[in-house]
Order: sequence, then structure tokens, then C-alpha cells
Amino acid sequence: MFYRRFFNVPNWGFSKSFREFDRLRREMDELFGALSGGTLPRLSAGVFPLTNVTEDKENYYVRAELPGIKSNELDIQVTAEGISISGERKIPVEGNNVKYHRREREAGKFSRSINLPCEIDVNKVEASMENGVLKVTIPKSEAAKPRQITIK
Amino acid sequence: MTDKESKEIQVKPKQELTSPAEQTRPGLVFTPNVDIFETDQEITLLADMPGVTADNLSIDLRDNILTLTGEVAPFEDANEEDVLIEYEIGKYHRQFNLSSVIDQSKIDAKLTDGVLRLSLPKVEKAMPRRIEVKTG
Repeated sequence: MFYRRFFNVPNWGFSKSFREFDRLRREMDELFGALSGGTLPRLSAGVFPLTNVTEDKENYYVRAELPGIKSNELDIQVTAEGISISGERKIPVEGNNVKYHRREREAGKFSRSINLPCEIDVNKVEASMENGVLKVTIPKSEAAKPRQITIK
Repeated sequence: MTDKESKEIQVKPKQELTSPAEQTRPGLVFTPNVDIFETDQEITLLADMPGVTADNLSIDLRDNILTLTGEVAPFEDANEEDVLIEYEIGKYHRQFNLSSVIDQSKIDAKLTDGVLRLSLPKVEKAMPRRIEVKTG
């Protein structure tokens, strides 16, 4: 939640209790991380790629950081309950006579599935890659959208 | 190499920077993952900086210290609510001490799909030269 404060975006979604708990846990992690000098694992599924899921009235948005992966190297499957993202990150070999000083970037296969809390419109899912960040826009099904009820 | 490429990628949480100098603006700062390799002619640096655009990236080389800084805009619109947050975003910042003498005029930087590729050619005199040993 710190980036919200950082970018001065007003806080919107603190109503649900689990969200509050998540924030508390992350703040505790920060605190203990600062004391022990390391970062404790955050509340996550532990499967690459790490994803952020957000929602507005119309859509769910799934975002993941996938630097160096082209959109045609990604396989995104949609089912009624959620989506799965899989692919392979390839790091090309840089010639034979290179001497490596550091090698921190990792290559390999990945596969991740995410279940969404309510029904989605399978036919209208859109995905885009921009600067190494994947964004999947998943419209909620008509039945799942919030509706304003007018009182007669 | 093939063995390495076929394995599954493990989750590596973004490393937060523990910088000696404090930021003036609050916010998270991460160190990007890098590959650095060297040939006789140049040093190449590859850095994963997802979300950074070319306008928001600054590369600075002075007194043999290379500084990479990338700003990331918030990924979501104001009317979006969080459902599941597994990664945070923030600035990328990393500094390197370069040992070889770099030809500043020939530095080349490319940013594609969130990966920076920086070519730092060495100046002529820093290139290793084979020395012939004469007998006689």
C-alpha cells in the first residue's frame, strides 16, 4: 500500500477486512524485515510470475512483471473461473568468449493460474504487454457486475 | 545452457535497496537484476526494469561510477480496488564501479520490453594486447 501514499492516490478499498489484514501483515513484514536486515516473504502464492489483481466495476485487471518476454511467447488461457499464464523466458547466449561478472537474471519456464472471485466474460478478455509488464483486462460477466437499483 | 533454460523460474522477490543515502521523496526503491559480461572490446550490461519507459530512465557515468535510475508510474487507475497484491512497484536504482576505462562517446543504450541493454565500449588503450616474446 505504500505506493499509494507515495503517489498521493486516495485510498479506496480498505473496507474489506481481509484487505486490512493483508496491509497489516505487510507492515509487520516491513517492520521485522527492518529489524532482521532482510525481507520476509510477502503474502504471495510463490509462483512465478508474481501478479497483482485489481478490479473496478466493469473489469478485473491482472498485471505481472515479465521483462524481456515478447507477447507472442506468452500463452494465456481463460476459463470461466480464471486465467492461466504460461510461457518461457529465454535469455540468449552471448557468444563464446564472454566473461560474466554478474548473472542475476533468470531464464526458464513458468506457469501460473489465477482464480477470480466472480464469473467473467470469457470472450472479451484482452491482454497487452507494455515495457515488460503484462496487463490482462477481464470483463466481469453481466450477472456479476454491480447494479444500481432505483426505488420507485 | 540448455539445462538451465528448461528449468522452471523460481519466484525471486524484488530486492529493496538498502541505500546509504536516504531518498528525499518517500517511496520504495528496488535494485534491478542485472547480467554483466565483458569481451575484449566492451562491457555489456543487461538490466530487468519492467515498467520503465525510455523517458523515465537515466543512465549516468562519471568518475567510473555508473548509475542507473528508472522511475515507474503507478500501474493502476485511481478507481481500481486491490484484490491481490503480490508485488510492489517503485523506483529502480543501482550503481556500479567500472574498472575498465570506458569510451563515453560510444556508449549505447537500448530499452526493449523492460530490459535495458547497455553497451560500454572500452577505450583503445584498455583493450588487452597480446605481447609477443621475442627470443634471441
